[in-house]
Formats: sequence, structure tokens, C-alpha cells
Amino acid sequence: MELVMAILIGVLFTAAVYLILSRSLLKIIIGTGLLSHGAHLLILTMGGLGGLAPPVIAEGVTDFADPLPQALILTAIVISFGVTAFMLVMAYRAYAVHKTDDMNQMKGNNEHD
Amino acid sequence: MINLPLLPIILPFLFAILLLFFKENIRIQRALSLVGVIISLIASFYLLVTVKSEGVLAVTLGSWPAPFGISMVSDMFSALLVTTTLLITLFVVAYSFTAIGEERERYFYYPAILFMVTGVNGAFTTGDIFNMFVFFEVLLIASYLLIVLGGEKKQLRESIKYILVNVVSSALFVITVAYLYSVVGTLNMADISVKIAEVGQPGIITVIAVLMLIVFGVKGAIFPLYFWLPGSYAAPPIPVLALFGALLTKVGVYAIMRTYTLFFVHNVGVTHEILMVVSVLTVIVGCVGALAYFDLKQIIIYNIVIAVGVILFGAAQMNEAGISGAIFYLVHDMLIKGALFLLIGIIIYVTGTSNLRKMGGLMKTHAPLGWFYLIAAFGLAGIPPLSGFIGKLLIAQGAFQAGNIWGSIIILASSLIVLLSVIRIFIYAFWGEPVELPKTKRKPYKRMMLPTIVLVVLSVFYGVGTEWIIPYVTDATDVLLQPSIYIDAVLKE
Repeated sequence: MELVMAILIGVLFTAAVYLILSRSLLKIIIGTGLLSHGAHLLILTMGGLGGLAPPVIAEGVTDFADPLPQALILTAIVISFGVTAFMLVMAYRAYAVHKTDDMNQMKGNNEHD
Repeated sequence: MINLPLLPIILPFLFAILLLFFKENIRIQRALSLVGVIISLIASFYLLVTVKSEGVLAVTLGSWPAPFGISMVSDMFSALLVTTTLLITLFVVAYSFTAIGEERERYFYYPAILFMVTGVNGAFTTGDIFNMFVFFEVLLIASYLLIVLGGEKKQLRESIKYILVNVVSSALFVITVAYLYSVVGTLNMADISVKIAEVGQPGIITVIAVLMLIVFGVKGAIFPLYFWLPGSYAAPPIPVLALFGALLTKVGVYAIMRTYTLFFVHNVGVTHEILMVVSVLTVIVGCVGALAYFDLKQIIIYNIVIAVGVILFGAAQMNEAGISGAIFYLVHDMLIKGALFLLIGIIIYVTGTSNLRKMGGLMKTHAPLGWFYLIAAFGLAGIPPLSGFIGKLLIAQGAFQAGNIWGSIIILASSLIVLLSVIRIFIYAFWGEPVELPKTKRKPYKRMMLPTIVLVVLSVFYGVGTEWIIPYVTDATDVLLQPSIYIDAVLKE
């Protein structure tokens, strides 16, 4: 099971890297979304996919899933959610001000002396 | 006062929350943020003294036994950095009263600064690797706000790149923590150190060490990962730039120093060799950048890159002189970068431009500014009585002891280039015939001068009073070189 997950996460990272290297700002943000999905799945996988029951204390259950990675993921999800929301709004503002979403035209290399 | 290590984190946090309620009232914003920073500073000095007398302080939150809860650990290294952070914040906040402009003050400028300081102090104090990630995000999200606040065209453009780079490096941080967790099965830093020592650093741990270097290297701007820094730091206004330049990259440097002295000490031949090569290259590219520009901001920004390289070169030596030199230089560099950015902020404010070719002759009209700039410039280069000297001396000494002759020669030669780059500013801006200054209606800059002067004077005291600071640095070095002190303090039960 871990192997399948590892391959899936690898595909997610590949897609994320490809999208982040593209020109369009929206594609880049979609790429960061995929990147954080990959990272969160990786925490889950690296914590081990064993354990029969969900980590809730109940009568007669002894084999729990590891609760720690789930807590870590929950934290990481809200953080990346906040950052993504901020980034989307900023992309919107940048589009309104710069009139482009092409990263090549946002270089600004010709301003220095 | 068992919760003493938490005070420098909680107090700015509390005041930041309070400030959110007084958005429109600029007077209250200024007064509360100043009071908040001063109270936190007093608490951090008290923490410093307590750590000096009682050794490493560790609190595990919620009274859980040590590896299971989140530990906050104040050793001398983190206490020194926390104090310096709050000291610089105090002067930047005082400087901001005149420099930042009411428009920005009205849109959560001071709360953002205090939230950022919360994150920085938390990252310096935490003893849990995932908690460090969270504090990194706290300081990064506050810095996203600070870098884009004002919404100028250039700021929007550069902050997109800044956020993007940091989002990618944060994802990498999460991935690295996941790998580390699957190998050692714990998140507490002291416990991780014990577990790594038990398995004796197999290959996968060395891989994780390099991944950590990449993650923290992006935050701390080391060579090949420094590319985002020059553009992004040039965008925000000067007080924000001073905060970023003095604090943010240093958090990355701290994290590298912490992990490379606590976790990855069993295969020094590989990990620390990489760190050393990378840091020398960082110094070289920083020097190239510092000489290439005729822009005040860019010159000092590239000096940040140089200093990061010098500090990490010292840390990579893993002997007493090298590490204590790195700590000396780290604190010195935070102080002097803060002072220099505030000074060039005044120069830009007076001349209305950051282009060196368009200014001149300021010595005839603004002599005190010129002299203080000269002192700060000499301090940065490390002229003996001033603050940069002892750190670089110890770093070079440590490198010669470790037999890294070429590296230390490059580090020493870089001092000349640093001196040349900052003296060039002095020559172009202060010598020669006065050029006509823009005659716009502006407030006098006296109130910006005061915090700047105090910061320069403090950095001079830091250099002259080395004798008093040595015991503190020695304590910090001992903890870094002997992880067992740190581990025992955390896992004492």
C-alpha cells in the first residue's frame, strides 16, 4: 500500500513542479495546491498506513491508526489553506494592477542601474 | 517563573491581538506597540539573565512528559537571539512612527510586526521540529502582509515571487519532517537527537540533513537558493526591509546551526563539508552582487548574503572558536544590518532616490548622518574596536585550526570587498559637490535619526564591550558543541 501511495505522491509532485514552472500565474497557484496535497499525503504515508481503527478511544479496540501524523496534516492543511487564499487574492490584485498574468512580463529586471 | 521562556513569544502575541481592536486610532497603535515591545524586551533580558545563572531552561507545555508534549527550550543561543530580535524591533518600531506613513499604519502594520516577532521568537525558542514549522509559517504569513502592504506595483510583483518561493520551501519542510518522522518516530528535537545517535546516522539521515539544508537555505538565502532575496527585499519600505534583513534570514541560519549541531553530528565529513563549500560560494556571490550595483538598497541586501555565508562557514567548522565566532557574528550582524538599513533609509529619505549616481555632497549638509554611517560601515567590515571584528577573528581562527586555509582566506578577503562596497556608498553620497535636494514638503528626519543613532551606538558597545559578552557566548557555544546538555535539560524526567 505504501508503494502505491509513494508512486501517487511522486506523480503529484511531478505535476506540481511542471505547473509551477509554467508562465501563467493561475497555473502556478494550482501547482502549489497539488504540491501541498502531495506533502500532506506524504505525511500520512510516512506515518505508516497500518492500524485498523480510527484513532478514537472505543471499547475493545487495540489497533489504532497513528494519531500524530493526522494532527500534523490537519495543521498543515489549514496553514496552506490560509496561504493559498492570500496568494489568490494577491494574484487578483497583481492582475488588476499589472494587467497581465504572464510571469515573463512581471520580471522587472530593467529597473536597476 | 517556570514559563519564563514563553514570555518573549506570548507578550508580542498578546499585544498584536490587542492592536487589532484599534485599527483606526494611530496614536493607540503606536503607543501600544511601543509598550508591548518594551515589556517583551524586559522579559527577554530577564530570561537572558536567568539562563545565564541557571543553565538551559526547558518547559514542556501542558505538563506532559518531555518527548510527548511540545517542549520550549531556552538555551543561551536562543535567549541571545530572542533578546537581539526584540531590541531591533524596538528601534524599527520607533523609526516607523515617522518613516512608514499613516496609510500603512492604518492597515495593521504594527500588528503584523508583532505577529512576525512572535513567529521569530517562537522559531528561536521551540524544541519541537513541527512546532518550528508552525512558527516559521507564523512569521512568514506576517511577512507576506508586511511585504505587500501598500500595494505598489513593484511590491505586488515582487511579493508574488517571495510567497511562491516560501510556499515551495514550506512544502519541502513538511516533506522533510515526514521523512524524519518515519525514520526516528518522534518530533521532539532532543529526542530526535537521541534516536539518531542510537541508529548512528545511516545514509537516509544524511539525505534528510541535506534536505534540511535546502529548506533552511531557502529561508536563509545561501548560494544557489538566494535568488529570490535581492528582488523581494528591494520592494517593501525601509523599516520593513530593516526588519526582514535583520531577522528573517537569521531564522534560517539559526535553524541550520541548530539542526547541524544537534541532529546531524555523526557524519560530519559529508554534511559539514557541503555546508562549508556552500557557505564559501555564498560569500563569493554576495561579494559579486555587492560590487555590481549602484543602488543603495541592493548593496546592503547583498551584504546580507555575504554575512549569511560567513556565519555558516564559522558554524561548519564544529570547533569552539568557529562556533563561538559564528554566534558573535550572528548577533553583530543582526544589530549592524538593522542600523545600516535605517541609515540608508534616512539617506533615501533626504535625497529622494536610491541611485548612488544621483547623490553627492551630503557631508556638507548632513554631517552627523555621514559620521554615523561611517561608523556603521566600519563596524560591518570589522575594523578592530568595532563589533564585526571579534566574530570574524574567531571564525578565521576556527577555520585555520580545522585546516580549511582556502576557505578562511576567502572569508578574510571578503571583508575588504564588504568595506569597499559600503565605503563606495559613503564616497558617492557624502563626498563631492552637493547636488540639489528635492524640495518637497516633508517632515524633518530627526525623529528617525534617534533610534538609528542608538542602534549604531549599541553596536559600538557590542564591539568595545566584548569582554562582558564573552561569558554569554561561551555558554551558548558549550550547548551547541555538547548536545548532551540540551538533551538532558529537555528529557530530565
